[in-house]
This record gives sequence, C-alpha cells and structure tokens, in this order.
Amino acid sequence: MKLLAESGGAQILLPVWSEVIVGAIAFVLVCLVLMKFVFPRMEETFRARVDAIEGGLKRAEQAQAEANQLLEQYREQLAEARTEAAAIRDEARADSAAIRDEMLAKAGEERDRIIAVGKEQLSAERQTLIRELRSDIGSLAVDLAGRIVGESLADEAHRRGTVERFLAEIESEPAGTAGRG
Amino acid sequence: MILASGFPPGVEDFDFQSLVPPLGQAITKITLLAWLAAAIIIVFFLVAYRKPKLVPTKTQWLAESVYGFIRDGVSKEVIGTEKGVRFAPYLATLFCFILVMNIFGIVPFLQISPNSHIAFPAFLAIITYVMFIYLGVRKHGAWGYIKHSLILPGVPLPMHFLLVPIEFVSTFLVRPISLAVRLFANMFAGHLLLLVFTLGGVALINAETIWFRPLSVVSWAVAIVMTFFELVVAALQAYVFVILTASYVESSLADEH
Repeated sequence: MKLLAESGGAQILLPVWSEVIVGAIAFVLVCLVLMKFVFPRMEETFRARVDAIEGGLKRAEQAQAEANQLLEQYREQLAEARTEAAAIRDEARADSAAIRDEMLAKAGEERDRIIAVGKEQLSAERQTLIRELRSDIGSLAVDLAGRIVGESLADEAHRRGTVERFLAEIESEPAGTAGRG
Repeated sequence: MILASGFPPGVEDFDFQSLVPPLGQAITKITLLAWLAAAIIIVFFLVAYRKPKLVPTKTQWLAESVYGFIRDGVSKEVIGTEKGVRFAPYLATLFCFILVMNIFGIVPFLQISPNSHIAFPAFLAIITYVMFIYLGVRKHGAWGYIKHSLILPGVPLPMHFLLVPIEFVSTFLVRPISLAVRLFANMFAGHLLLLVFTLGGVALINAETIWFRPLSVVSWAVAIVMTFFELVVAALQAYVFVILTASYVESSLADEH
C-alpha cells in the first residue's frame, strides 16, 4: 500500500510491473477484437456506402446519357423525315411541271394535227367540189345552150371541147370578172 | 476512500490496496478499471457493429464517427491518404483505450484514471516506440533508418557533431518518455487537482475557525469546474497521444526529411 509514498514521490515514474502486464493484456485484447472484427468491417461498410452512392450516380448518369442519345436519335430521324418530305415535295412539284409541259406539248401537237387534218380534208373536199362543179357547170351550160339553140349542140360541143376551153378562159381571168361572166 | 484520506493529498492517494493480496498489485482498483475500459470498448463496438447497415443506426453511427474521426482526421491527415488507412485501426483503438481510461478520472465512484499510474502510458508509449522504429527499419533498412533519423540533409559537416546527438536524444529518448510522461502527468495532476479542491472543501467545513467553513462551498464549486476541465483534458490527451504516434509513424515512413 505504501509502495509509492515510501520513496518520497520519485517512484511514481517507475511502473508497477503487474500493472504493465494487466494493461498490456487488456490493450492487446481490445486491439485484437477491434482491429480484427470491427474496423475492417467498418472499412467495408464505408466502401459499400461509397459504392452505393457512386453506383447510383453512375446509373443516373447512364440513364441520362441513354435518354440524351435517344433524343438525339429522334431528332435526327425527324430531321431526316423532314428533308425527305421536302425532297418528295420538290420532286412532285418538278414532276407535275414536267407532266403539265408534256401534256401541253401533246395537246398542242394534237391540235396542230387536228387542224392540219381538217385543212387537208377541207382542201380535198374543195377540190372534189370544184371538180364536180366544173363538170356540172359544163353539162349545165351545154344543156342550157342546147335548150336555147337546139338539141344537137351537146354532142358537137363535146367533140370540139368548147366547154373546157371556155372554163379555162374563165379560170385564167381574175376571180372577180370570172364570177360575173 | 477519498474521505478517508487526509489533507493535503499526496502521492499516497494514488496507491490502492490489493483486492486479492496474494496477487499483489495485479488486482487493484486501477487494474480493474483497465479491464473495465477494455470491456466497455469491446462490448460497445461489437454491439454497435453487430449488424452494420448502409444507413447506420445511432449506435452504429457513433462507433463509425469515432473511427472515422481518427481515420480521416488523424491517420489520413498526418500519415497520408493511402498509407494512413492502414494505420487507422490501430490508432483508433489506441484513442478509444486512452480516452475511456482518461474519462474514468471524472466518472463518479470510479474517480481515477488508470493512466495516472505510469505503467499504462509507459506500455502504450513503448508500443508506439517499437512501432515507429520497426517501420523505419523496414522501410530504410537499419543503417538507412539511423541515417534518415539522425543526419539532417543540407547541414555543413561540423554541425553534425552537434546535431546528431541532439537528433538521437530527441528521437530515441525524448519521444517515448515525453509521450508516456505527458499522458501520465496530465492524469496524475488532474486527479490531484480534483482531490485538492474536494478534500480542501472537506477540510474547510471541518475547520476549527468557524468563518472558514462557508468557503468549502467555493472549494467544491471549483472542484466541479475542474471536473469539466478534466473532461477536456481527458479527450485532448488521448488525441495528442494518437496524433503524436501518427506523426512518428509518418516520420519513419517519409522518404525525405
């Protein structure tokens, strides 16, 4: 009991060995338990916590990136569709113009053709008409003259070609005077 | 025990009777308190970390903050971010052990810290001493470590005759002794201080001169203030011990001076 007091105080700086041993055992025990079973698990928990947080962040980032990519893709598709539509419209416009031109051209041709045919027909008919008229006029004139001067004149006239000559004369004269003669 | 002691208190107040006489000083109040400290720490941490969860419960959070405080605030800060984590478990254990034993100094009925007996701080200081020398020798080799710790680079040759002995004394003698004595003396003085004011109050109230007696209230009030002061000292000394251990470890692992 009087261990420390006896030596007048300086002894307090000298350790009591049994206490050192007790302290050593107690401390080593604490070290073993804490350093083996507690703190490594704490490190694990810390790591898991960091993983959980960083994992969550990473997942969110991934989702964000994916969404962005999708949006970009949609935008691209939309733009593509728009340009495609514009191209189609332009083409259609060009096509319609071409078709119109073509049809106009065709119609013009058709018109020309119809006009040409009409003209031809007209002139052909006129020719026939003239030819018919010419022969009719001859016989009519001869008939008329025969009636006036006598029956036999008709054959005579034929023979001598009087009528043809007369008609040729009429034709060779200007139209205005011919009409009256 | 305290009331039985006389006034003024002295070193004899740090002697405790053996509870089992054949075993001598191995079983006294002091050693029982050391066991108690070990038991409290072990039980607390095992219970707190029985089922660790990502989102901690209050107890788990408390245990984690003690470890995290030493790990991030001391170990990583002093030794370095990568190497520091390796030493964090030991430093945290050391901190808890010293802190709990220090706080026993102001816990009612316990009222004494085992660290007020040099045996406990001395043993802890020796572990630190052995550890930083071992780490230094392992990193630099025996001769390399001695050179590393004794010879300062960039000093002119004649100065080494002066500096090498100084460095030797400061590194290999003063470090462990100051470490042990600082903790011991703080706890010893703290206990003595509390005894002075508490027993002083008792002495005053029993004083023969009647107008000394009310002064005992002042004495006890100061004792209460001192108790709070001792709480700060207890935490501070545990922290200082750990941070010095970390800094010695760091100096042994350092590449350069």
